[in-house]
Amino acid sequence: MIYREAGQFKTTYAQDSLIFPLRQDRLSMVALFAFAYVIVPAFATDYWFSAILIPFLILSLAALGLNILTGYTGQLSLGTAGFMAVGAFAAFNFMLRVPGMPILLAFILAGLSAAAVGILFGLPSLRIKGFYLAVATLAAQFFIEWTLTKFSWFSNDNSSGVISAQKMQILGYDFDTPVSKYLLTLSIVVVLTVLAINLIRSETGRAFMAVRDMGVAAEVVGIPMLKTKLLSFAISSFYCGIAGALWAFAYLGSVEPQAFDLNRSFQMLFMIIIGGMGSILGSFLGAFFMLLLPILLNVFGHALFPGIRSDLLSNLEVCLFGALIIFFLIVEPQGLAKLWRTGKEKLRLWPFPY
Amino acid sequence: MGWEFFLEVLIGGLLAGVMYSLVALGFVLIYKASGVFNFAQGAMVFFAALTFVSLVERGVNFWLALLVTMAALALFGVLVERLVLRPLVGQPPITLFMATIGLAFFLEGLTQGLWGAQVHSLELGIKDIPFMLGGIMISQFDLFAAGTAGVLVIALAIFFQKTRIGRALRAVADDHQAAQSVGIPLKHIWAIVWTVAGLVALVAGMLWGARTGVQFALTFTALKALPVLILGGFSSIPGAIVGGLLIGAGEKLAEVYIGSSLGLNIGTGIENWFPYMLALVFLLVRPEGLFGEKHIDRV
Repeated sequence: MIYREAGQFKTTYAQDSLIFPLRQDRLSMVALFAFAYVIVPAFATDYWFSAILIPFLILSLAALGLNILTGYTGQLSLGTAGFMAVGAFAAFNFMLRVPGMPILLAFILAGLSAAAVGILFGLPSLRIKGFYLAVATLAAQFFIEWTLTKFSWFSNDNSSGVISAQKMQILGYDFDTPVSKYLLTLSIVVVLTVLAINLIRSETGRAFMAVRDMGVAAEVVGIPMLKTKLLSFAISSFYCGIAGALWAFAYLGSVEPQAFDLNRSFQMLFMIIIGGMGSILGSFLGAFFMLLLPILLNVFGHALFPGIRSDLLSNLEVCLFGALIIFFLIVEPQGLAKLWRTGKEKLRLWPFPY
Repeated sequence: MGWEFFLEVLIGGLLAGVMYSLVALGFVLIYKASGVFNFAQGAMVFFAALTFVSLVERGVNFWLALLVTMAALALFGVLVERLVLRPLVGQPPITLFMATIGLAFFLEGLTQGLWGAQVHSLELGIKDIPFMLGGIMISQFDLFAAGTAGVLVIALAIFFQKTRIGRALRAVADDHQAAQSVGIPLKHIWAIVWTVAGLVALVAGMLWGARTGVQFALTFTALKALPVLILGGFSSIPGAIVGGLLIGAGEKLAEVYIGSSLGLNIGTGIENWFPYMLALVFLLVRPEGLFGEKHIDRV
């Protein structure tokens, strides 16, 4: 109904390996970019930028990182927030201690630092898997949080471990308004997302999925287990690290290690469960859903039951998230992304299915 | 620091470890019977303790409150089996694990929504007066907790070895399909085992609650049962006890000795992560735990 691929033939190999082989898909992507880069900045208010759009983009990026590890490589991690914290504090320290450090380079170095820590805590994954690994990553979460709180060097001797992010400046331009921060975040997220899409389509991505689906079989066909798993940990942590740096620099401005506690890790996990494990789109859908649900709950809760206690609402929210996780695991383990695909398939034939 | 101080720290740690063992017991029960790693055990401890305390505070008789809480836990066990476990039969263990994370959140939200979030103190009528034994201070309450844990373990051992249901539970733990084919009703068994784990959670919650106050932090304390399980092995009750003792003693010794060598300001809070690191190192050396079965999921 919406569109058919009839009449679009692939005549070259290059056409065969396009990310979006259909013209309509390409056009809708262009429309999406136009929307994100032109229309949103033109109409959204500062509240939208700093309370919804920027955190949405950053959380999507972190969820994407976790999805590479958990959704594509099948290694459950409960230390996502820890790796984000490494990124945030590394970016802060690079900016602080290296004079004239460009902000983008600091972000990349922050990602690499997180990747190094990720590899370190990914080492046990070579011997163990499943919830054993979950406990190992839990160690990462608690250890990183403790280290950043207790060793004041990381926060430049701030007594409570709070870091205040430096100004973001690229080529003399200050990114200090919500709009500019949004555009910077958006650009970083877009670049990293495109990289992730291509990574998944590449040999490396396929190796990840082979390890996830059956480790022994993957090894038999010659996929090096050690390299693949550690690479997955590294790339995942790299994404989380950059997300953490953005969380400090573009979103909050000043953060403490407790902003990256265990609950944040769970939040990421919930995002990819609800959004869809093993799906790039799912990371975004999940982040969108997890961010929007509390806001909607708040609005509707107060509209429908005036005078409702807000602590009751927040408990209801926790309850609802828990129930949703179970619901999705039972009914649609591949999450919102699968629903999206199903809907698209259905619409393709509507209103005249065979 | 003399050896008496060392002993005091050690014994204090061991006794605190008993409390971890109590939480870990609940994990082991469910893991043995259904192969599910129940992340919600901590939330169950919190739920049980807070429900009990809130009932008592509202003037309900101690024993009646205990009974009502037990009934609530049994109902919870049945509902979990019906609504969560049954639809997820045959799914990979990691899916079930994530489902129990969802369950933990649900239960935490429900508990706080029902009873509020303030800290409650719980009086079990046991005096917490430390007494001296050869120059070493020992907490009376911790001894009582250790005694309770001992009784609980013996009771569970008898339950598992001697009763019909216990044997059925062990059969299910060994092989779901074989157990089902000889006529063991899997569904009932799971509901029962979740109920039993709930009761263990209640005992753990009451003891912890009496010690630290019934509060949300209980769920974090319960997380420490995870490294206990890794040390002891996921499917072994003695393992849970020994693991708990090791973790309890280890973290207290680390806090005191490593902490002091690092300088006081930095050293505090080591016990927050030490158990996990210990477990991490242990995983690399002996992934099946001290008492676990050999055939764990190796990569």
